[in-house]
Amino acid sequence: MKNKVLMAILAVVIAGLIAVPWIASYFYVFIFTEILVLGLFAASFNLIFGYTGMLSFGHAAFFGIGSYATALVLIHLQWSFLACLLVSMGASALLALVIGFLSVRLNEVYFAMLTLAFGMMVFAIAYQWRSLTNGSDGLAGFTLGSFGLGLDLTLGNPLVYYHVVLGIVVIASIVLYLICRSSFGMILKAIRQNPERVSFAGLNVRTYRLVAFIIAGTFAGLAGGLMAPFLRVASPELLHWSMSAEPILMAILGGTGYFLGPFIGSAAFVLLETWITTYTESWMLVLGIILAMMVIFFRKGLLGTAIDWWMEVKK
Amino acid sequence: MSGIGAALLNSLDIGLLLFIIAVGLNIVFGVLNIINFAHGALYMLGAYLAFTLINIAGMPFWAALLLAPIGVAILAVIIDRVLLRFIYSRDVADSLLLTFAILLIINESVRMIWGSGIHVVQPPDLLSGSVRLLGSSVATYSLFVIAIGLLLLAGLWYLFNRTRIGRIMRAAALDRDMAEALCINTRLVVTGVFAFGAWLAAVGGVMAAPMRALDPGMGDKIIIESFIVVVIGGLGSFPGALLGAIILGLIHGFGGRYLPEVNLLLPFVGMALVLLFKPHGIMGKGATA
Repeated sequence: MKNKVLMAILAVVIAGLIAVPWIASYFYVFIFTEILVLGLFAASFNLIFGYTGMLSFGHAAFFGIGSYATALVLIHLQWSFLACLLVSMGASALLALVIGFLSVRLNEVYFAMLTLAFGMMVFAIAYQWRSLTNGSDGLAGFTLGSFGLGLDLTLGNPLVYYHVVLGIVVIASIVLYLICRSSFGMILKAIRQNPERVSFAGLNVRTYRLVAFIIAGTFAGLAGGLMAPFLRVASPELLHWSMSAEPILMAILGGTGYFLGPFIGSAAFVLLETWITTYTESWMLVLGIILAMMVIFFRKGLLGTAIDWWMEVKK
Repeated sequence: MSGIGAALLNSLDIGLLLFIIAVGLNIVFGVLNIINFAHGALYMLGAYLAFTLINIAGMPFWAALLLAPIGVAILAVIIDRVLLRFIYSRDVADSLLLTFAILLIINESVRMIWGSGIHVVQPPDLLSGSVRLLGSSVATYSLFVIAIGLLLLAGLWYLFNRTRIGRIMRAAALDRDMAEALCINTRLVVTGVFAFGAWLAAVGGVMAAPMRALDPGMGDKIIIESFIVVVIGGLGSFPGALLGAIILGLIHGFGGRYLPEVNLLLPFVGMALVLLFKPHGIMGKGATA
């Protein structure tokens, strides 16, 4: 019964998302594209944070590498969009393997410091390697060609691009959800709750943490690959730690204990940002205050708090 | 030869400055068991307060060196009592998240109050010249930073090993419940240690102000450097912080001179190398997940 209600709500939401270009203004098509891409980014982050209990402050490294990979492939090779996304995922997976190998074997405090430091290392490389990355200006002036699979889509049209993003994000989310629901996902949850016990049960905690880190990095890379053609630029800001703060805040805002939490967080975050930046330039200040309040008072996030409240009402 | 001498002195002043800042991070971690992500922001606040005291209020450098860190320490007491007290009993992730939120708030506040542009603080007249040493000319201010760094190093060593306050801090770091049972007011210790860590960060900030241009990104740079120092040296280790800071100082001092194309990258390479062979840092004890 509960599942049926949930499925019905999801179906309505997805139908609503498909209909956005016809019912909302051009402006909101852009807003919703951003919500979807950042939602996937935040959901990938929540695989390691909410599920496995590893708080990474460098998740933007994978998002940014994904953006740069797509931009570079479009500029130099002009492959189809799907091929670009595959390259993005591969590049972030490789980077996640290297950073993860050095970081996941240490405890939470070290892990937080290391992911931040390595994230900023990638930022420093993108900033300094001018010949490849064009330094602080970033890579721009690339255009999307074909989609791939023989489909004829005009990706340059923001309305078409929105539907492409929606399709890819939904498929990626289903894959991510299946990973979370699998026995592998259960082990990740167990690692968050009690790593010693998992290790006594004969499982190699470090390997599981590393694999989770790589999967999260790969999906962040996919989100980054979707972001570059949307922004029409891949710049170092996408790698900066303030970008790493975004999925953290989205996951906390929506609720880290639920698969859909980060998506709700992403919607709340982007809408709040749009609304607040019309009044003040100090968006990061507001962000900091919201994060502090959520951590102190609403640790379960919007979704968790709403579900608790609903349960209370039903009693 | 003179090039190497100058690089060595340069490494030493960068290293000792980093030590002052990283040891504050380490002390807070040792007693409170939290990593203060806002440590670099507090360092930046020290530098900007010094700028205001010197360039706007017209105070001498020495007064700023005394007053700015006290101001930052008072702010730290407020942060501790208003925000951090909620999360001391919670999971470590919450303290990381909350100090990260504080970092965002301080960074943006600095941008709002002082603007995004660059500010410059002049060193005091007494220290603005240069002297000849080891066959090359060295800024007097560099020697002053080295002297203050050594003075603080000796002072901290004395504090921790020879005084009652130091013993209480070490007791609280080892076992807070036991310390409480022995009639130590651990809440006071926690607040005091957090303020002391902030004071050290701000002293570093004031010292750094005449050496580096002030911009709202300076805190971000220094927190990454401090993390590298404690990862190389070993989290929570006093000699580790010194060793890590000197190593990073040498990387900067020589890397900037001989390998300028990749100097931004070298600290990370150093950190990755240490991690490969000594995952808990050179002086660190076990902390495997």
